[in-house]
This record gives sequence, C-alpha cells and structure tokens, in this order.
Amino acid sequence: MSTLPLTDGAAAATRILTKLRHDPAGIALTLGAPVVLVLVFGFVFGPAIAVPGSGDYREYLVPGLFVVIAFNPIPSMVSMARDAGRGSVDRFRSLPISRAAIPFGQAAATAVYGVLCLLLMALCGLAVGWRIHTGIGPALGALGILVAVQFAATWIGMYLGLVIGREDTASQLAVLVFPFAMLSNIFVPTAGMPAWLRTLADWNPFSTFSAAVRTLLGNPTAPTNGALPLEYPVLGSLAWAAVLLLVFVPLCTVRYARTER
Amino acid sequence: MTHDPVVSVEGLVKAYGSVHALDGLDLEIAAGTVCAVLGPNGAGKTTAIRVLSTLVTPDAGRARVLGHDVVEQPGEVRRSIGLAGQHAAVDDDLTGRENLQILGRMLHLGRRGARARATELLDRFDLAEAADRLVKTWSGGMRRRLDLVASFVVVRPVLLLDEPTTGLDPRSRTEIWATVRELVAGGTTVLLTTQYLEEADHLADQVVIVDRGRSVATGSPADLKATVGVRIDVEVEDVAAAARALGALAGSEPEVDPDRRRVSAATLDGALTLPAVVRHLDAAGVVVRDVALRRPTLDEVFLQLTGAAA
Repeated sequence: MSTLPLTDGAAAATRILTKLRHDPAGIALTLGAPVVLVLVFGFVFGPAIAVPGSGDYREYLVPGLFVVIAFNPIPSMVSMARDAGRGSVDRFRSLPISRAAIPFGQAAATAVYGVLCLLLMALCGLAVGWRIHTGIGPALGALGILVAVQFAATWIGMYLGLVIGREDTASQLAVLVFPFAMLSNIFVPTAGMPAWLRTLADWNPFSTFSAAVRTLLGNPTAPTNGALPLEYPVLGSLAWAAVLLLVFVPLCTVRYARTER
Repeated sequence: MTHDPVVSVEGLVKAYGSVHALDGLDLEIAAGTVCAVLGPNGAGKTTAIRVLSTLVTPDAGRARVLGHDVVEQPGEVRRSIGLAGQHAAVDDDLTGRENLQILGRMLHLGRRGARARATELLDRFDLAEAADRLVKTWSGGMRRRLDLVASFVVVRPVLLLDEPTTGLDPRSRTEIWATVRELVAGGTTVLLTTQYLEEADHLADQVVIVDRGRSVATGSPADLKATVGVRIDVEVEDVAAAARALGALAGSEPEVDPDRRRVSAATLDGALTLPAVVRHLDAAGVVVRDVALRRPTLDEVFLQLTGAAA
C-alpha cells in the first residue's frame, strides 16, 4: 500500500508533539502530581515510614515516582479514545497511508515527551536530597528500563483507548491507575502488609520496576520477601516490558489498521 | 470521456447483529455530479459512507469507486476519495493551520508543500483570520468548514461527506454549500448524506432516498416531486360540492377541513393549470373564495416514500 510509512509515522509524531506544545497546563499537571507526591510522602508521611537498612525515605521514594511517571497508560489511552470517538482515527484510516505507522509515530512522540518528564522529575528529586550512588552506566540502564516501561504503557493505553472509543469513559477509568500503583512497594515497603496482599504487591509490575531502578541507582531497596521478580528486578523489569510489548504492540497495531467487519 | 459511474453500489448489505444497517442498497453517481443520500436516522446513510471509504467491510454486495472495489483494492479507493465524517474530525488542540499542515505531511506533500497548501486553503476558504488560533476557540460552523477543507488537502476525484451541515446555523450551512459547489465546478464528484430535504434540493443533481438500508426512490429533485404530482387547495362556501367536483377532477379522494372550509386533493396530472381548476369548479356551481395549485415539497415526497409519520 503506502511506500512511506516513516513519513506517515513522523507526521503522526509531529501531531502529538505539537498538541503537547499547546498544552502547558496539561504538562504542568503531568509533572505536578509527582511533585505533590514528593512533598506529601517525602515530608508528611515519610518521617513515619521506616526504610529497611536505615536508608533515607526520600531516596527510596524518588525512584518509585519515576516509575509512577513512566508506567502510566492514561494519557495515551485518553488521547486515543478521543481520536477514535471524534473521527480522527477514521480520517487517518481513509487516507492512502500506512495505517500501522500512525500508532508507532504516536508512541515514539510519547516516549520523547516521557524522557523530558523523567528529567524534570530527576531535578525535583535532586532538590529533595535524592542522589545517584552508582555511575553513568547503571544510571543509563535505569533510564533505559524506564523508557521501555513507558513505551509499554503507551501501547497498553493506545490499545485500551481504541477499544473504549470514547474520551469521557476513558477519563473516568483514569482513577483506577493510582490505587494500582499504591498496591506496590513504590511508597512503602511491602513487609507490613497482610500476606495475601503482600504477595499481590510484590508481584505487581510497579514493584518490579521500582526495585530495578533503585538497584541500578544505588538507592535503598525494599525486602524482596522471596518474590521472584524482586530477586531479579532488572531481568524481571525487562521481561515485564517485553511481554507487555509483545502482547500490546500487535493488538494495537492490528486494531488500528483493521477495516471493521 | 467514459460514461461509467464514478461511484457504483450494488446490493450492499451490512448487518450489525440482527440490525440490517444496509439491506441491498443500490446507487450510481455520474462524474462531476452531486448525489444526496437522504434518509431518516438509522436509514444506513453513515454505514454507506463507511463502506465507500474502506472503513467497514460489507457483508454482501459490491461498492466501487472509479472502478476500484472497496474490499479488493482499498488502497486505490483511498487514493480516489476524500472523507469528511459526521463529526468534525479536526484536532481541537491544534491550530487550523497545523491541522492542515499535518494532514498535508501525511499525504506526502513534504514540509514546505504542506505549509504552502495549508496557507492556500485557509486563504481561499476564508479561514485565514482564525488560522493560528486553536480550533477549540472556533465556532461550530468554522470547525465544520475546516473539516470539509481537510478532506481535500489533496484533491481527489470523489468526496464523501456524511451529514456535512447537521447542527449548523443557516449561514454556516450556506457557506458549506458554496464550498461544495465550488469543488463540483472543479470537477469533483460528491456523495453527501443529509437529513435535510432543503439541502438535497439545493445541492443535488440526484437524490437517493434510503429507508431501512435500501434505496426507495432515485431521481432528480424535480423528478421525485413529480411522482407525488400536484396538490389543489381551495377555500369554498360549500365544502361538500367542492369535494365532489375536485374528486372528479383530480381522480383521488379529497381531504376536507369543514371548519376552515378547505378542500385539498392530490393529482398526478402534472399539466393541470389554475384556470382549468377554476373553470371546472365554476361549472360545478361552487363558489370559490381562494384557490391554489401547489407543487409538493421534498418533505411530502420523503414522507410518502418512507411512510414516516409527519
């Protein structure tokens, strides 16, 4: 069909980035939430939370917040649901272009934006006493994991957005993500939870991702309680990201490119 | 110059569960003409557009654009059409100019080409003043116009418009009509769906009335009106005598409104003239206060054909 999928993808990426540029309020909100969390958890709850190995709580918290920012399918879900509901997806499908190139372009643009958000979050972290205790290599490894996680979240979000197909419904689902993030070791070590809940929390991918980032950056880590993904957090994170991408990239691409039956 | 139809649809069927959105739709559109597909909500208009724009696969039947089958050659069909769907599919959170530029780049005009084309279209269709404001600040009419313009960033032989003026004020509607006429003058073939008979009457060379997924009548607006014939309306002293006389003249059962002393009858005799009616009533001894011959509106044609309640 089309011979220029790269051009099509680049145009789709430009569309997403241009929209973001027009939406400073949205960017402020995306960044504002973790900043508020740094303040609330770092300074309100933090002093009451014991970190294993007498580590500093804010050093424990900030890597978790990187994961909260990265593993967030909501923005791409809402934006895709909006595109589907308001006819943009139909318009693109009716053009003589590579249909599959569009979600790839959008995911790439979202990744660029995501790295920017992570860097700004890192500045906030530095301001409240978080530090990288390893070296440039492991730090880039942590960034790599966060980008992979963010890429996976984008594809999950785009797929769900296509399935939901309505912006208002998608926005209502947004509240479900935060409890999912809470049920992990991001904010508190899981050791104090009841056994059944602790198992859930330890196997929650949010826990794996934050354990990997903490390990790579030399920040305090939570006890693994013997959960396999936490024993090998870096491998576990890469496995989670790979599985999610292997499932959701084809699902989303096929769904986007299909002609309705 | 060939006389093959630019768009041809034969026996198109599409069911969603037990609902037949299309149930054997037929239509043909000649090059450079406007065809209005007219029907009530749920008649299958949008589904027809979606099949022709390769968004939906039909269950049965064929649809072709410039001879290309929508199922077998979707790529060729997409290169032949422009689509403006029922919602204004423009991005609210981009400016008008950015909307057109991004589409231009997707259509491989190149960065510079896309920019030039956007400027040209914004100027020509009177959107230049708002061009650099976010579309969410635009009026509904301007947004629709931008959406229409977005469907011909690259001009295609066929334009598919799904209810292009639904919900617009009369002025915006007139502006959309003017744009469509301009495109047709340039050789574009247009298929548009509408719920407004007035719109079909103004724009279309051919009207296809659809009901429950199939075409119930096809023809020019004038042809369709002729199928309903002419109505004779009189106001008289003696309604009973007038009803007898009109019934004989029209060959149909007249409607009588005794309170207002009005009698009305439909006739298929399109050649009937007003003097002939007056002479006939006079000869029957009916005293006439007022008399009129009325060509039917498309509304009456539509209601008669679709059997919908007025």
